Amino acid sequence: MDLKARYAKELRFRMYGLVAITLGLICVLALFGSVLAAGLPAFKQTFIQLQLDLPAAKLDKTGTRDPEKMKKVSTIGYSKAIRDQLQQNLKDAGIDFSKLDKKQLKNMISKEAPAQLRYAVLKDPSLLDRPFDFEVLANGRIDGYYKGRVTFETAALDVMISPDQLVLADAMKAAGLLKTRFNGQFFYWPDASDLRPEAAGLGVALLGSLYMVIIVFVLAVPLSVCTAVFLEEFAPRNWFTDLIEINISNLAAVPSIVFGILGLALFINFMDLPQSAPIVGGLCLTLMTLPTVIIAARAAIKAVPPSIKSAALGLGASRVQAVFHHVLPSAAPGILTGTILGLAQALGETAPLLLIGMVAFVREYPALSPDGIFDPSTALPVQIYNWTVRGDPAFVERASGAIIVLLCFMITMNAVAIILRRRFEKRW
Amino acid sequence: MGGPCFVEGSNMNSVLPILLLACVAVFFLCRSRSLNLRAQGHIMGASSTHWGWYGVMQVFIPIVLFSSLIWGLELYFFNSAIRALGADLFETAADLHLLRESIRASLNAGLPGLAPQGFMGLLMAVISYWSGGFEAVIPRIGEAPDVVHLELVLHALRLKMQFSTLLLTGTSLIALVFVYRAWDKVSIEFNARDRVEFGIISVLAASSVVAVLTTVGIVVSLLSETLHFAQMHPISDFLFGTVWSPQFHSGEVEGYGSELGVLPLLWGTLYISFVALVFSVPIGLFAAIYLSEYATQRFRDITKPLLELLAGIPTIVYGLFALLTVGPMLRDSFTQPLGLGSNSDSVLAAGLVMGIMLIPFVSSLSDDIINAVPQSLRDGSYGLGATRSETVKKVIIPAALPGIIGAVLLASSRAIGETMIVVLGAGAAAKLSLNPLEGMATITAKIVNQLTGDTEFESPETLVAFALGLSLFVITLCLNVLALYIVRKYREEYE
Repeated sequence: MDLKARYAKELRFRMYGLVAITLGLICVLALFGSVLAAGLPAFKQTFIQLQLDLPAAKLDKTGTRDPEKMKKVSTIGYSKAIRDQLQQNLKDAGIDFSKLDKKQLKNMISKEAPAQLRYAVLKDPSLLDRPFDFEVLANGRIDGYYKGRVTFETAALDVMISPDQLVLADAMKAAGLLKTRFNGQFFYWPDASDLRPEAAGLGVALLGSLYMVIIVFVLAVPLSVCTAVFLEEFAPRNWFTDLIEINISNLAAVPSIVFGILGLALFINFMDLPQSAPIVGGLCLTLMTLPTVIIAARAAIKAVPPSIKSAALGLGASRVQAVFHHVLPSAAPGILTGTILGLAQALGETAPLLLIGMVAFVREYPALSPDGIFDPSTALPVQIYNWTVRGDPAFVERASGAIIVLLCFMITMNAVAIILRRRFEKRW
Repeated sequence: MGGPCFVEGSNMNSVLPILLLACVAVFFLCRSRSLNLRAQGHIMGASSTHWGWYGVMQVFIPIVLFSSLIWGLELYFFNSAIRALGADLFETAADLHLLRESIRASLNAGLPGLAPQGFMGLLMAVISYWSGGFEAVIPRIGEAPDVVHLELVLHALRLKMQFSTLLLTGTSLIALVFVYRAWDKVSIEFNARDRVEFGIISVLAASSVVAVLTTVGIVVSLLSETLHFAQMHPISDFLFGTVWSPQFHSGEVEGYGSELGVLPLLWGTLYISFVALVFSVPIGLFAAIYLSEYATQRFRDITKPLLELLAGIPTIVYGLFALLTVGPMLRDSFTQPLGLGSNSDSVLAAGLVMGIMLIPFVSSLSDDIINAVPQSLRDGSYGLGATRSETVKKVIIPAALPGIIGAVLLASSRAIGETMIVVLGAGAAAKLSLNPLEGMATITAKIVNQLTGDTEFESPETLVAFALGLSLFVITLCLNVLALYIVRKYREEYE
């Protein structure tokens, strides 16, 4: 073969490599681009500003302004009040709404709004005695209209919205009654039912994920550090140690869903722990992340030069003292890095949690006490799955928004791990 | 609180202060005695802190053992009481669970029928139950909703009181005896350090067993439920059946309305994994070769973390990417124009996205392996006049081949076990088809299908998930063991 052909081959080979890397980077870009494009709108929400002058006689029939007695009026009563008030507000602003019937008018506003208003009034009954400004969620379809998800064509085919309502929404926007702004509720409101995507938030999921990450941290870190120290420093070379080692490296590659099956069989069916509870999820995720953290901790301990231990032993320390006073502190940054990466893995895991019932619809926040780990809850990735399979584009948008939140946590955790490693890593 | 203990705020809570007090006391007692000895001029084999911890060890273990024993006994007696008294109240395990829950609730809230309401009434009832049997309690009940249930609650409460007394006196006694014993042991001849260190190492060894127990737990739970499944459904139908169509019947219909053959699922799993590998292995491998053999340090520093970003992304994100972006894109650009249907769920979509997920996995594993090839081999090749690509193709790849095969095996094991991408992107239809633009279900997707939602636990349609799990576990285990074996063997050659 002549030299020219060989160089041409060389060049081609090199191009293959570059193409591979470019393809990989395009995948990264496409992934992040599509997530951001789909999810960023979830952080904005359309609200309707109303001037409310509530009919006190209807909402507080006894006239005592006693919240206990006012609880008798259900959200249906408030729903009527809101509709009348909306009509009044539209009249005041000089907006023509004659094309809409009463139901369509009511549907301009989210079905969550009456509950929102009822909660506010029960909290402060004096609101019944004076006019006040109140902000309610707009219907999810109207919200979608301002995010480009809903158009006049799709609205004509949709039972949940009509083009006339969109026209009215535009008029309200022009009059300043309706605006789209940052959606803080997304982070602390609980999930919402199928018909009110605009009210769905991540509150329960974030709390559940937090509980689970705490459980994983509390259980997995001591267990894996102890295991790693034992295997690296004290374990005798025999068949049992070999068994543990082989077992750990295999466990690290067991599909995560198998840990879900284990959790279902062991924690729920056998140990009778409650379904959907963070404690079960935390235990499953602990078992799942254990091998990852053990392997990282072992690598960190292995990286400490033996001379440190030898010096300690030479000065009369026992093996335990040498390990706990000298080797382990030197390995701590590496162990911490591995731990954070393990926690990130646990935070993003979905499959095992589906099997232990965390996919259930949960609207109640788990208790903010240690007992809360036994309350039904959900988790961030499971909430994403849950919203995705509902099929409504408004929920898919929420799911993508939740992914952005999840990715922010992931990137933060990974960045902290990298910074810790750079800062505390010792070069021997 | 839930858990297997049957009484809210169980007896363990009363032991905790005793345990804590005893440990703190013995720590300082032993420590001060050893300090005294040292002050008298004796040379001690262990430091005073060691002596303190030795004492703690001596006291902690017997108290914990004793209280666990009592707790277990209490649970045992309670369960046998339920079996004896409440045999009519429950038939299945779920009933038993409900009964336990309601007893637990009654113990907290009191019973509706009892004369003074709340806990006081319950307490007085128990006292008369204790002294005069159940007949003595009957006058206290206005109109009992459920006599057997009431008797069970009283029985449970009586047990609780008996065992609490036993537990408190027992632990106090043990605490006193063992604190004295530990204090007495402090001497010149005896080396506390060795004992404490033995204790520490035992704790370390015990925690390393957790990983083994996890594997045992996985194997036992999968096997036992699979055997359970095999009793309801012929296992040969499962292993060799070519149709997957579970029928969730209401329970009255006996016999097999369902066909639960694993082969279509296995085919879907392998097909999607194959597509993923076809996509990820060349890209990952070439990226690794380029990064380790051609790229400048700067290029490497920028590109490598970017590619590794893909490895840290949760799989649910990939699942959504397959469902929302890749699936519709393939449908609009291939499936519909070519007239092959209108599915956005397809093997190709799921496979491609899974491939993206595996790129960093393949590339970082291959990178390690390529870097482990000794420089002398490269230098030898260059010295003979080979170009870089010739060196890669003729020297590095052959030398690294076992490692690369290991990496591919590990990647395929991940692909087979991947769940969320296939649940969201590959569709739910189980079929044996060659068309990559159709949706196909996988083993993992069906496990999720069969085990989520309200399912009847005692039906073959639910239990088949465990058989699927076992198949998955066995397949991935074989791949992992093979991969580790190959990688390990290869490593030995150069070290």
